[in-house]
Amino acid sequence: MAEFSLLDRSRTIAPPGYNRWLVPPAALAIHLAIGQAYAFSVFNKPLGSLISGDPAAPAPTDWTPTQIGFTFSIAIVLLGLSAALFGKWLERVGPRKAMLASALCFGGGFLIASLGVSLHNIWLVYFGYGFVGGIGLGIGYISPVSTLIKWFPDRKGVATGMAIMGFGGGAMIGSPLAVALMNHFKASAPQGVAPTLICMGIIYFLFMQFGVWTIRVPADSWAPAGYVPNQEHSALITTANVSADNAIKTPQFWLLWVVLLTNVTAGIGVLETASPLIQDTFSDKAMGAGLGVTAAAAAGFVGLLSLFNLLGRFFWSSASDKLGRKVTYAIYFGLGILLYASIPTLGHNLQLTLYVVVACVIISMYGGGFATAPAYLSDLFGKYQVGAIHGRLLTAWSTAGVLGPLIVHVLHDSAKERGLAGAAAYQNVFYTMAGVLVVGLLADLAVTAVNEKYHEKGPVVVEAGGH
Amino acid sequence: MSPNSNYNTAGEATSSTGSLVLAWLVVGIPLAWGVSQTFIKALALFK
Repeated sequence: MAEFSLLDRSRTIAPPGYNRWLVPPAALAIHLAIGQAYAFSVFNKPLGSLISGDPAAPAPTDWTPTQIGFTFSIAIVLLGLSAALFGKWLERVGPRKAMLASALCFGGGFLIASLGVSLHNIWLVYFGYGFVGGIGLGIGYISPVSTLIKWFPDRKGVATGMAIMGFGGGAMIGSPLAVALMNHFKASAPQGVAPTLICMGIIYFLFMQFGVWTIRVPADSWAPAGYVPNQEHSALITTANVSADNAIKTPQFWLLWVVLLTNVTAGIGVLETASPLIQDTFSDKAMGAGLGVTAAAAAGFVGLLSLFNLLGRFFWSSASDKLGRKVTYAIYFGLGILLYASIPTLGHNLQLTLYVVVACVIISMYGGGFATAPAYLSDLFGKYQVGAIHGRLLTAWSTAGVLGPLIVHVLHDSAKERGLAGAAAYQNVFYTMAGVLVVGLLADLAVTAVNEKYHEKGPVVVEAGGH
Repeated sequence: MSPNSNYNTAGEATSSTGSLVLAWLVVGIPLAWGVSQTFIKALALFK
C-alpha cells in the first residue's frame, strides 16, 4: 500500500518539462507559516492578563513575562533538536511527508496551546506551542532545503535564500494577523487569545498544505538546461558526497557551526534589545524634550529591522552564488565587526539616521547568515544528505538563542549597576559582540575542502531527489 | 546536457506559466500584506 501513498517520495518526482520555479513557492508556504514563531511576543501581554483582563494591572495569578517567554525558548530549542534528529528521516521519506508532519505539529501545537490558555495551564501551552509546535518548526525549516538545492544546483544561494526569506517574513504576517484576530475575539474570550490560537492553527495548517501538495523533487538524471557544475570556486565546491554521520566528524562542520553560532549570537544581541536600545540611546534626556524616540517609533525601528532581516536573507544568499560562500561570510564578519564597534560611537554622538542604517545592515547580515548556510554545506559536503547536515547545524541556532540574550542581559545589567545609562549602558554589549564576530571570522577563514577520507565511496542515491 | 532537461512544448509552457503565476500569488499576497504592515509601522520612526 505504501507504494501508492500520495505522500511517498516516488509520487513527488516531477514530470519532464516541470518548471522548477514552482518549487520555491511550495517552500515559501512552509517557511512563511513557521516564521510566525518570531512573532510570538505579540501574545505576551494578552497571555499575561488573562485573569485580570488588564495588561497594565495583571492579577497575582496571571502568568509572568518570564513564564510566557519560556514558551518561545522551548520552541527554538526544539527547532534545533528536531532539525538535527529528523534530518536523516527527511532525506529518506522526501519533502512531502516531512512538510505534512511539520504542518500537523505546527498547527496542532496551536490547538493544544489554545486548550492550555482556556484551562489557564501554562504547561499545556509549553507542550503545545513550545514542544509540539517546536518540532513542527524544526522539520518544516529543513524540509524544502535539500529539494531546492537539487533543483537549483546553479543558483543554490538564490533558491535557499528565497525559502529562508519566508521564515523572516513569517513574523510580518503572523503579528498583524494575531492582533486582528485577538481584537475580533476579544468580546468572546479573555483577551481573545484562545480562539485566536485555534484560528491560527487551522489557517497555518491549511496554508502549509499548499506547500505539501505542490512540492516536487527532480528525477535523478535531471539537471538545468545547459548546466555545467560550477568550477569557479572549485576548491570549496565538491562534486563528492559526505553523509550526515561523517559530516559531523569533520572540522569543517564544526567550523561552520561556530560560524553560524557567532553570527546568530551577535544578531540576536541587536534584535533582543532593539526597542529599549533605541529608546534609551535617543531618549528625551539625550536629544532634548520631545525629540527622543518614542515607544511607537521604537516599534517602527523593530519593524524596519524585520524588513532588513527578510531582505538580507535573499540579497546576501543570492550574492553568495557570485562571491562564494566563504567570502560572503567573511563580509558578514569583517563588515560586521566594524559596524558593531561603531554603534556605541554613533549613539554617543546622537547620529540617529546613521545608527538606524548601521543596525539595518547588521540585521541584513544576520538574516543572510541563516540563508547562506545550506548552500555552504552543499558546497562542502555535496547534495547527498545536505538536509540532514543542515538540521544538525541548526543546533548552533538553539545555542545562540540562549547565549545571545544571556550576554546582552549580563553586560547591560552590569553596566546599569555601575550607574551607566543611555548609549553607555550598551557599549560593552556591542564591543563584546564585535569580539564574538572575530571568532566567527577566524572560523570562516579556517574552512578548507573536506578530506577525501570522509567522501562516500561509489555512487550514492540522493534520496530526497527521488529515484 | 541531461536527457530530462527542461524543454517545454508551447502548451506545457502556457500551462506552466499559469501555474507559476498562481503559485507565486498564493505566497506573494500574504507576504506583500505583511511587508506593507511592517512598512507602515516603520514609518513612525521617521515622523
